[in-house]
Amino acid sequence: MKVMVPVKRVVDYNVKVRVKSDGTGVETANVKMSMNPFDEIGIEEALRLKEAGAATEVIAVSCGTAACQETLRTALALGADRAILVETDAELQPLAVAKLIRALVEKEQPRLAIVGKQAIDDDCNQTGQMLSALLGWSQATFASKVKVEGDKLVVTREVDGGLETVSISLPAVVTTDLRLNEPRYVTLPNIMKAKKKPLEVLKPDALGVDVTPRLITLKVSDPPTRKAGVKVPDAKTLVEKLKNEAKVIS
Amino acid sequence: MNQYTAPLRDMRFVLKELVGLEKVSGLPGCEEVNAELVDQILDESARFCAEVIAPLNRTGDAEGSRWEDGKVFTPKGFKDAYRQFAEGGWNALQSPPEHGGQGLPKLVATLVMEMWKSSNMAFSLCPMLTTGAIEALILRGTDAQKKTYLPKMVDGTWTGTMNLTESQAGSDLALVRTRADREGDHYRIRGQKIFITYGEHDLTENIIHLVLARLPDAPPGVRGISLFIVPKFLVNADGSLGARNEVHCASIEHKLGIHASPTAVLVYGEKDGAIGYLVGEENRGLEYMFIMMNAARFAVGLEGLAIADRAYQQALGYARERIQSRDLGGGPQSVPIVRHPDVRRMLMGMKANIEAMRALGCTVAASMDIAHRHPDKAERQKHQAFADLMIPVVKGWFTETGVEVASTGVQIHGGMGYIEETGAAQHLRDARITTIYEGTTAIQSNDLVGRKLGREGGVTAKALVHEMRQTEAALAKAQGEDMVAIKAAFSAGLTAFADCVDWIAANFDKDVKAVHAGSVPFLKLTGIVAGGWQMARAALIAQQQLARGTDERAFYEGKIVTARYFSEHVLSQAGGLRTAIMLGSRAVLALAEEQL
Repeated sequence: MKVMVPVKRVVDYNVKVRVKSDGTGVETANVKMSMNPFDEIGIEEALRLKEAGAATEVIAVSCGTAACQETLRTALALGADRAILVETDAELQPLAVAKLIRALVEKEQPRLAIVGKQAIDDDCNQTGQMLSALLGWSQATFASKVKVEGDKLVVTREVDGGLETVSISLPAVVTTDLRLNEPRYVTLPNIMKAKKKPLEVLKPDALGVDVTPRLITLKVSDPPTRKAGVKVPDAKTLVEKLKNEAKVIS
Repeated sequence: MNQYTAPLRDMRFVLKELVGLEKVSGLPGCEEVNAELVDQILDESARFCAEVIAPLNRTGDAEGSRWEDGKVFTPKGFKDAYRQFAEGGWNALQSPPEHGGQGLPKLVATLVMEMWKSSNMAFSLCPMLTTGAIEALILRGTDAQKKTYLPKMVDGTWTGTMNLTESQAGSDLALVRTRADREGDHYRIRGQKIFITYGEHDLTENIIHLVLARLPDAPPGVRGISLFIVPKFLVNADGSLGARNEVHCASIEHKLGIHASPTAVLVYGEKDGAIGYLVGEENRGLEYMFIMMNAARFAVGLEGLAIADRAYQQALGYARERIQSRDLGGGPQSVPIVRHPDVRRMLMGMKANIEAMRALGCTVAASMDIAHRHPDKAERQKHQAFADLMIPVVKGWFTETGVEVASTGVQIHGGMGYIEETGAAQHLRDARITTIYEGTTAIQSNDLVGRKLGREGGVTAKALVHEMRQTEAALAKAQGEDMVAIKAAFSAGLTAFADCVDWIAANFDKDVKAVHAGSVPFLKLTGIVAGGWQMARAALIAQQQLARGTDERAFYEGKIVTARYFSEHVLSQAGGLRTAIMLGSRAVLALAEEQL
C-alpha cells in the first residue's frame, strides 16, 4: 500500500507572527519557515505504518513555491521515499490544494492519504475533508490512533466528548491530531541520504487543475490590545458597570 | 529563560558570506556539501540541541554525576539523550566515511559542535573525547584495531577517553609513571590516572581508554612514553564483549563546574595488570598526542565561544524582562534594564566578542579543511601554517573571553546572577575549566611565541600581517562614519601586532624569559587583532549588502555597528597590550621571589 502525505510549508511555530503593515496578510519575508507540525505527525504515522509492514512506500507531496522543496527535503530526511512538488507562485486555498492532491492521488494511486488536520498558519481544517469528498473516499478526521486491519482502518478520533473509535474502508483519508504520535528527529545520515531521493516538480496546469482562489481576503489585522482596567470604589459600582457598560449581567 | 536557540542567522552569515562555503565545497571529499544540505544540517542540529540536549544543562548541573561502588551514574535524562544523539548519527559527524562517519568538513562541523557545547557543555565533552580517541586510532592504529574499535566508536555505541594526567604529571607529561610490561601480543598496564573525562559512566556498554604509559626499559622523559588501548571490557574476536578489564574508577572529582561530566580517577591493574594494546610504536605516544593536539585544542577553544553565546542569550532575555529604574532619557515609568547604557555596553561586549570568535573560528576551520584536503601542496602548507599559528589563539583567547563573557552575564543579572536558580552562574562555573584543561592559557601562549613564532622567526605571522593589510586597504576606501572608526582602530591594532611580532622575532633568542613574560598578553593581542580583522571584513560585506539592497537591513546594519563596537571597545586595547608585551617584562621578573 502506498501512502501519500501532503506537507505544507508554514511559519515556524516558534515565530511570533506579525501582520503586514498594509493589512494584506502576515509577514513571511525572512521569517523561519518549517513543516506544519500536523503534517510532520502525518509523515511519522506513514513511516510507522511502513516500518510495521502495512505500507510499502511513503510519498510526500507539497503545493506552493519552489521554497517548498526545503520542506519536502525534510520529509525525505525523516524517511519518506520520494517527493512531489506542485510548484506555483499563486495563492493556494484549501479547495485548490485538495484538487491538486486529488490529481496526484489519481496519478500515484495510493490507498491512504494522511493529511494534517489543519495548518498552523490559516487554521482552515478543510483540505482533508475536501480531498475525501473529491475522491469519494472514506474519511476519519482528528485521528489519535490508526491501525490497519486488512482492508479496513481502525481509527480512534478525538471528539468533544472523549474518544470515538471508527472502522473505515480503504482507500481513505485520515487527518492527524496532535496526540497521534511524537515525530522522530531527523538523523544526520538520513539528511545525507535524502539528497539522493527523487523529488519531482510538476505545474498545476500539467495536472489540469485550476487553482484560482475562490475566496477574497478583505483584511488581516492584529487582535485588539488589552486596555487597562479601572478600579471601582465599591461592589455597588461594580455591579452597575457590569450591567450598564459591560452588559454581562442584567 | 534557560532556553537555547542556535544563532542560525549569524552562523549562516559566517559560513556563506564571510568564510564562503565554496572554499571547502570544492575540496576532494566535500563534493556533496552545498548550501541546501548545510542549511538542513544546521536546522536539524539546532532543533535537536534545543529540544533534547539543552533542557538537561541546568538539571545535569544541579544533580551532577554520582559515583557508587566503582560505578558512575550520569544525571537523569543523559542516558536517553546520549542514545538519541548516537542514533541521530551526530557522533559520526566528522569521522571519515570509510569508518562509517559522515566526513563533513571542519567548517560545517564547527558550527554543529558550537551548538552542542552551547546547549550542554558537560554533555558535549563525551563525544568530544570519543572523537579524539577515534582520531588517534585512525592515525596510528593497526587495521585490526581499527576494525575492532572504530565502527562502534564512530556510531557512538562505545565512547572513548584520553588518559594522560597523573597527579605528578599535569602540564609536564614527561613525568608519567604508569607502567606497561610486555606480555605476548599485549601489555600489562599498572598505575593510576586522574582527570579522566567520562572515564567511567553509564551511557554505553563499553569505554575505550587510550592510556599513556611507560615501558620498563623506556628512555626517560618525553621520548619514553607509549600509547595503549585499554578497553573497559575486552573485545572478543567476533566483536562481542568479553571479560571485564582491570581498569576501575576509584572516584570522581567534585568540581567548580561541568558537574554532569564525570571526571574519573582510574586505577589500572590492581591484580594482574590491565590488558593494553600498543598504538603505533613503542615510546612514540606523546608524539601521537601532539598530532591530535590541534583538533583537541580547537574543540576546547570552541567551548569558550559556545558558553559565551549561551550566557549572552540568557543575559539578553533577562535584560529585556527585568524592570528596574527609569530611563535616563526621561519618562515616568521604570523600564527594562536593557535600556540602561551600561547594560547595553555589557550586552554589546558579549555580542561583539561572540561574533568575532565565531568568525575567526570558522576561518581557522576552513583553513584546517584546506590543509587537510587541498590537492595542491603549497596551498595545503600555507593553510596549515595559518591554522598552526591560530590554534593556540583559538584555544587561549576564546576560552579567556568565554570566562569574561560568562562573568558579564552574571553581572547583568545583578544579585539574581549570584543565585544558582537563574542559571547565569553555571555558565561562569562551566567556562572556568576551559582556560585550564587541554593546556592552560600560558601553555597556549608558550606554544604561540615559541613553537609557532620564535622558531620560524615570525614568517607566518608576518604573512598574516600582510594579508590583514589588504583588509585595511579595503577599509580605507569604505565610506561612512562607522567604517572610518573601524579602519582607525584596525590600523592601530594591526600596527601594534606587527610591532610585537617583530619584537618577539628579534628577542626570542636574546631574552627568552622576557618574551614569555609577555606571551599571554601577546596571545590576547593576536586574538583581538585577528577577531577585529574578521569583524572588519564582516562590516565590509554588510556594507556591500546594504548598498545592493537587502530586505535584511537590521541584520547587516547590526553587523556594522557590532564591528564598530569591537573596534572601539576591544581592539582599542591593542596599544596597551603592546606596552605590556614589549616593555612590561622587567616589572614581571625584577622582584626576587621573597619580594612577592
